Amino acid sequence: MQLAVLMGFLLAASSPLLHRWFGHRTSLVLALFPAGLAAWLLLQAPEIIENGSLLLEWQWVPSLGISLTFLLDGLSLLFGLLITVMGACVLVYAGGYLKGHPDIARFHIALVAFMVSMLGLVLADGLFTLFIFWELTSITSYLLIGFNHADIDARKSARQGLFVTVAGGLALMAGLILLGIASDSWSLAEILSQEADLREHALYTPMLICLLLGAFTKSAQFPFHFWLPNAMAAPTPVSAYLHSATMVKAGIYLLARLHPELGGTVMWVGILSVVGATTMLTGAFLAIHHTNIKKLLAYSTIMALGTLTMLLGIGTEYAMTAFVTFLLAHSLYKGALFMVAGILDHETGTKDVTQMGGLRSLMPVTAIIALVAALSLAGVPPLFGFIGKELMLESVLGADSFRMLLVLFAFVASILTIAVAFIIAIRPFYGKRHHTPLEPHEAPLSMLVGPALLAVGSLLLGLMPALLGANALLTSAATSVSGETIDVALSLWYGVNVALIMSIISLGVGFLLFKRWDSVRAKLSMLAPIMRHGPEAGYEGMMNGIVQFSEWQTRLLQNGYMRNYILVMLITLIALIGNSILLRHSPIFVFDLDVRFHEVVVAGTMAMGALFATTTRSRLGAVVSVGVMGFSIALIFILFSAPDLAITQLLVETLTVILLVLVLFRLPRFSNLSTSLERIRDGSVAAMMGILICLLIMTSWSIQQFEPISTYMIENSAPLAFGRNIVNVILVDYRALDTLGEMFVLALAAIGVIAMLKLRHGESSNGKNGESSKVTTKEPYDG
Amino acid sequence: MVKSGTIILNTAARFLMPLQLLFSVFLLLRGHDEPGGGFIAGLVAAGAFTLYLFAFGVSATKEVLRMVDPRDLIGIGLLLGMISVVPAWFMGQPFLTAQWWTIPIIDFKASTPLIFDIGVYFAVLGSVTGMVMTLMEVDKDEP
Repeated sequence: MQLAVLMGFLLAASSPLLHRWFGHRTSLVLALFPAGLAAWLLLQAPEIIENGSLLLEWQWVPSLGISLTFLLDGLSLLFGLLITVMGACVLVYAGGYLKGHPDIARFHIALVAFMVSMLGLVLADGLFTLFIFWELTSITSYLLIGFNHADIDARKSARQGLFVTVAGGLALMAGLILLGIASDSWSLAEILSQEADLREHALYTPMLICLLLGAFTKSAQFPFHFWLPNAMAAPTPVSAYLHSATMVKAGIYLLARLHPELGGTVMWVGILSVVGATTMLTGAFLAIHHTNIKKLLAYSTIMALGTLTMLLGIGTEYAMTAFVTFLLAHSLYKGALFMVAGILDHETGTKDVTQMGGLRSLMPVTAIIALVAALSLAGVPPLFGFIGKELMLESVLGADSFRMLLVLFAFVASILTIAVAFIIAIRPFYGKRHHTPLEPHEAPLSMLVGPALLAVGSLLLGLMPALLGANALLTSAATSVSGETIDVALSLWYGVNVALIMSIISLGVGFLLFKRWDSVRAKLSMLAPIMRHGPEAGYEGMMNGIVQFSEWQTRLLQNGYMRNYILVMLITLIALIGNSILLRHSPIFVFDLDVRFHEVVVAGTMAMGALFATTTRSRLGAVVSVGVMGFSIALIFILFSAPDLAITQLLVETLTVILLVLVLFRLPRFSNLSTSLERIRDGSVAAMMGILICLLIMTSWSIQQFEPISTYMIENSAPLAFGRNIVNVILVDYRALDTLGEMFVLALAAIGVIAMLKLRHGESSNGKNGESSKVTTKEPYDG
Repeated sequence: MVKSGTIILNTAARFLMPLQLLFSVFLLLRGHDEPGGGFIAGLVAAGAFTLYLFAFGVSATKEVLRMVDPRDLIGIGLLLGMISVVPAWFMGQPFLTAQWWTIPIIDFKASTPLIFDIGVYFAVLGSVTGMVMTLMEVDKDEP
């Protein structure tokens, strides 16, 4: 199975090749892949339903404990089936929708890669594997949302979706690591089956907050919901797949997956039910503002995601049943509706429902599909959506906490949703014919198969919930979500109860709302000034703030003045060394005055060289006195019998003087540009640096924390490394890897110097000495 | 602008450069046992070319170097450094484990550290010569 899933990435990569062979039938060929996976999952279903779960082990990086083990239980089976079946439908549909599009191969790469990542996400057992697939879905969905990359809105929306979900992904990573630490296991199967109660753990609160942030951003919960409607810039097949059944439900999946271990606490119930209910109401309320059919659907998806989160928050046995049922029902009707929206857009050339009308006679099949799916969305019997909604209302009525609030929110949201459903099902297909940009006619077969299949699914499951083993599948899924055995026995008729009465009332009010939609919308448009200050404005403000901050700190730190760079570096060093030497250790002053006369002479020469270099007004004098210092250091090396170091120092010093002399001729006249205040600043920084380094050397000389390694090196240099020159043996044998690295650094530095010189040289000899020579004139050399 | 050539410098450079180069090879080969080694030898060789550069200018030095661009020497150095890593791998040992072979007739001890050291030599030589040469080239064209 792992191999099959990973092969999917190969398949994605080879889709351009498939296009060469199969032309426009590629979609059908590619659809065989998810269809095959779905068949395989179905074959495993009886065993999973019987045993509860199935573990497919595969070690990936055994030394790090990372495995590509798949955990197949009721929940992942349900999600896996949704992903593969919907994937097959969407691939076939996309073949029709994007027929003749020049970039369809690129589309297939991203879509198949997304499908595989999503499948990996819901099947993964390892926390790391889960995270990797999670991030892969973010990246592939970024590519899919920004598919029309020539469109600036598409790019902006894609980036927004990426930023929001990846920021949440970072929180998720922290959450998963905390989870791993708290439970001392990196495998979901082990975490779910272990005895210890994570709810009691000290890390529970931070862990939960991080995990929730990850899930809420991915699943577009309030206040992170704004990226989802914007993601409608994606081609409609993408919306039908990612934004109805798969990607946005990844967060829901994570919550459901961890519910048995983490759920049920006051914090969990409080956050999930309130955020879920708020999201539900916000989505439903914002939906009726829009006339763009895809936005309508996007907001109603937000409403559904909120509902799912709320049900997980409620956490009763009833809510778990409602959760799995609503999940399945929503995927079926929302996928179909998105595809219908795509058909309408494709055939009429507009996405605005108020611009459509009377299409029923021209597109009869589409009209029927839309009607069935929308009625399921509205929760009208005998469709599957009705069962989902009944169960949802029933669990809200049975909620332990926040009951009144949840009931109110759910009731209002369902009224609004019903209005949305009627808008989609009736507005485009009935009433007066409008003139549309394209002359509409029935969609091609490839675009009808997918939505028709999903609509039929909604109808059949509604009429006969026991059909096709749906009860068994949902029982198994609900059991893995709750952690205790739940028997799901769906039926269309639960008798007359409060939920049914609420349903009927909401249907009536929803229909009235639909009738008066145009005037309601006009009134709602007065709210526009307030709406502008929503969470999206906060996001925009934050992004602008980040850009401004990075511009500011670039201006401050990367200003192109050598002296400022050095100043920053030295101050940082002083802060770091000073912190560690003065505050953490006590500096040790050892004044061992056992010095010879010639040593004093050499040190004195160095000091005089340094003094002269800082005070001289002649450049050549400065170079020479720096040279004097260098040669004195070489002399010290000789005095303490380190001939290799001495030779190196001498050679480096010679070459440095040569290089300085070469550069010297290019500098402008020596002038005094810094104020006395700046001089005092520079002088004190230099003095502090000198004092600190002196302290550091004295302290480190008197501290002997470990046995020095030099003894080992001296003893083994000749017998092991066959060399008597220990310095060289260290360079080429003991520490050869370091030397190799240094070689590369040296080479890079040389290439950098050569490139910079040649670049300036080339520019000025071409007569374009604008940019580069400005740098020299801008730079006042203050010596 | 560096004026090339007083007669003393010219004559000295002409004789000193081959000697310096020879000395650098000497330092390189004896480096494992006596003071010396690739880094120092590379600097000495670079010094030799720099002296020649000062005496005769860039184009004459390029002629001495024939077809070899100092920048290529950097590459050769890095390549030799990387090559010396590989033999240990074939022996199933960790990277960079020193390998020693004795070449029979001349009784010369060849080893991966030696190859590595030669790599250092070329990398240093190429880097320094390249930098100095470019500096002087730029210097010559711009008054």
